[in-house]
Amino acid sequence: MSGRTLFEKVWDEHVVHSPLQDAARLDALAESGVSSEEAKLGERQELLYIDLHLIHEVTSPQAFEGLRLAGRKVRRPDRTLATVDHNVPTIARDQPNPDLLSATQLEVMRRNARDFGVTLFDMFDPRQGIVHIIGPEQGFTQPGMTIVCGDSHTSTHGAFGALAFGIGTSEVEHVLATQTLRQTKPKTMAVEVGGRLGPGITAKDLILAIINHIGVHGGIGHVIEYRGEVIRNLSMEGRMTVCNMSIEAGARAGLIGPDETTYLYMKGRPQAPRGDHWERAVERWRDLPTDPDAVFDRTVELDGSAIMPYVTWGTNPAQSVPVDGHVPDPETVPDEQRESAIRALNYMDLTPGTPIREITIDRVFLGSCTNGRIEDLRAAAAVVSGRKVAPGVSAMVVPGSGLVKRQAEEEGLADIFIAAGFEWRDAGCSMCLGMNPDILLPGERCASTSNRNFEGRQGPGGRTHLVSPEMAAAAAVAGHFVDVREVTG
Amino acid sequence: MSVVAGRVIPMDRANVDTDQIIPARHLKRIERTGYGPFAFEAWRRDPGFVLNDPRYEGAKVMITGRNFGSGSSREHAVWALEGLGIQALIGESFADIFKSNCFHGGILTIELPGADIDFLVSKCRSEPETEIIIDLPAETVSLADGSWERTFQVDPFRKYRLLRGLDDITMTLEYEADITAFERATGQAATDV
Repeated sequence: MSGRTLFEKVWDEHVVHSPLQDAARLDALAESGVSSEEAKLGERQELLYIDLHLIHEVTSPQAFEGLRLAGRKVRRPDRTLATVDHNVPTIARDQPNPDLLSATQLEVMRRNARDFGVTLFDMFDPRQGIVHIIGPEQGFTQPGMTIVCGDSHTSTHGAFGALAFGIGTSEVEHVLATQTLRQTKPKTMAVEVGGRLGPGITAKDLILAIINHIGVHGGIGHVIEYRGEVIRNLSMEGRMTVCNMSIEAGARAGLIGPDETTYLYMKGRPQAPRGDHWERAVERWRDLPTDPDAVFDRTVELDGSAIMPYVTWGTNPAQSVPVDGHVPDPETVPDEQRESAIRALNYMDLTPGTPIREITIDRVFLGSCTNGRIEDLRAAAAVVSGRKVAPGVSAMVVPGSGLVKRQAEEEGLADIFIAAGFEWRDAGCSMCLGMNPDILLPGERCASTSNRNFEGRQGPGGRTHLVSPEMAAAAAVAGHFVDVREVTG
Repeated sequence: MSVVAGRVIPMDRANVDTDQIIPARHLKRIERTGYGPFAFEAWRRDPGFVLNDPRYEGAKVMITGRNFGSGSSREHAVWALEGLGIQALIGESFADIFKSNCFHGGILTIELPGADIDFLVSKCRSEPETEIIIDLPAETVSLADGSWERTFQVDPFRKYRLLRGLDDITMTLEYEADITAFERATGQAATDV
């Protein structure tokens, strides 16, 4: 028997019930006109135990309402953590929320957490923040866990060697009621990144390069394991940035084998095991990484040494080029991408052949579950330190959590941003998805550290270019895209 | 759901993301209904957009491009399509989370090869009165005039539940003893935490 991948180990350890061995279920299928032979072939859904369920205000109200209507409880409130992030204001929180629908949604989250006994990091809790920032920050996220959330960027937690993926509201209700989920086992894909990232090249450039390589649908039905020397050398923050955008390649989840970097990051965090428990946990986690003889369904290789700072030019995250490149000519892209490229250039108001560096910007957004961690803010602050945001550009920093915000203030990063002319906001998803008042105006062009450049994502008619925090900071100062490596020398 | 019959909207674009299907600013509601009027809000401002074509009014089926429903996990996208009266989607591929949400929301997703999708798109464009019949028990999709038919595959268990309209949670709770046993065996019983 060949070895198992990290994903397979985590999956196998969480199977509560596999219907393939269940005669009664197969009989029921046979009754519905499906032969038991067909059922065995077709039914691959297994019942998986969920270790950690993260919830937020936007995708949970209908799930709690479903529980109420059926008279059900939350099976494991102790394995459920709630916060408010998507729809919270990032300024004037002490004032009444002028958006009544938003205020109601936030109030419903409060009521549901109270009624069902779920811990909530509410708006004024210093631990409040983007759900995928606070899980790792508090040590809830641990290697080998299954983690779900009604949010597609749940793959972020895969950076710790957890199997973490996004689910819809019906599945949120299912997990609340049963602490399990029915899942069809995905295929496995290895993304091997060898070599070494050049100076000034970030995890964001790396994941944009990977998505560019495999395409926005290349990962459908797969769980990606990121491997290779470049991945091993990434910090935990960098690994989270990479795993975060797995969904942008269509993948079900993305994960990375835990190692000393992982344990060093986790040790001492509030929810991490302590004392003897810690030692025993680390010993267990050391068995998780993929066995040397394990086989992936698919392997993709990239040379990390060749990766440049990336800028997206289109309306999906695979439509990107290195910063020294040009807006592509749709006539020269592969046939099946042409129509989408034409539509994207039209929406983005870009002319083929324009150097990326000549694209001027109106707004800069630094934040999100992709790039709203302390390391991201440090990197961006190092670029803007002693410089000013270019005239006509409006720039904002939205820390990923209240604790990131506080740490950045203590380290003097907030002062650097404010002195440079950035707005310094409270934690939340903010302009990543344009749900609260932090949005682009029609036609405005934004250098954004977020994860999606979809049409209208940051506000109707808004135009988003995805970049790293360093590249966003450099663009803020220059007023147009520049190679950050030239700014910082 | 057993048989779906009616006109077909050709939505011939690749990688249609859930932000297009229902923008985030309309996710503030706490109900499962009321999203139909905001479906494809930005694209509907274009008078030439297919959803503004009265010839497709009342359609129950949409033909979609590759990787339809990509991006956000919002089940509101399914609720928005339901609000438009859509009962089935036929496409080359669907994003994973969206596909799962469709199943929970009672929208049937049918995957067919690209050549079949191209045929259906051009047929429904040139002859908007074209009607399609989807027979879930038989796993067939055909043109009402009988000139074209394909079989499709759906997970037998999902089919069973769609046909019976069964509640997923009730079915899982039949395994509550297994869940409790799993929690005990792995030291995850509530008292251990």
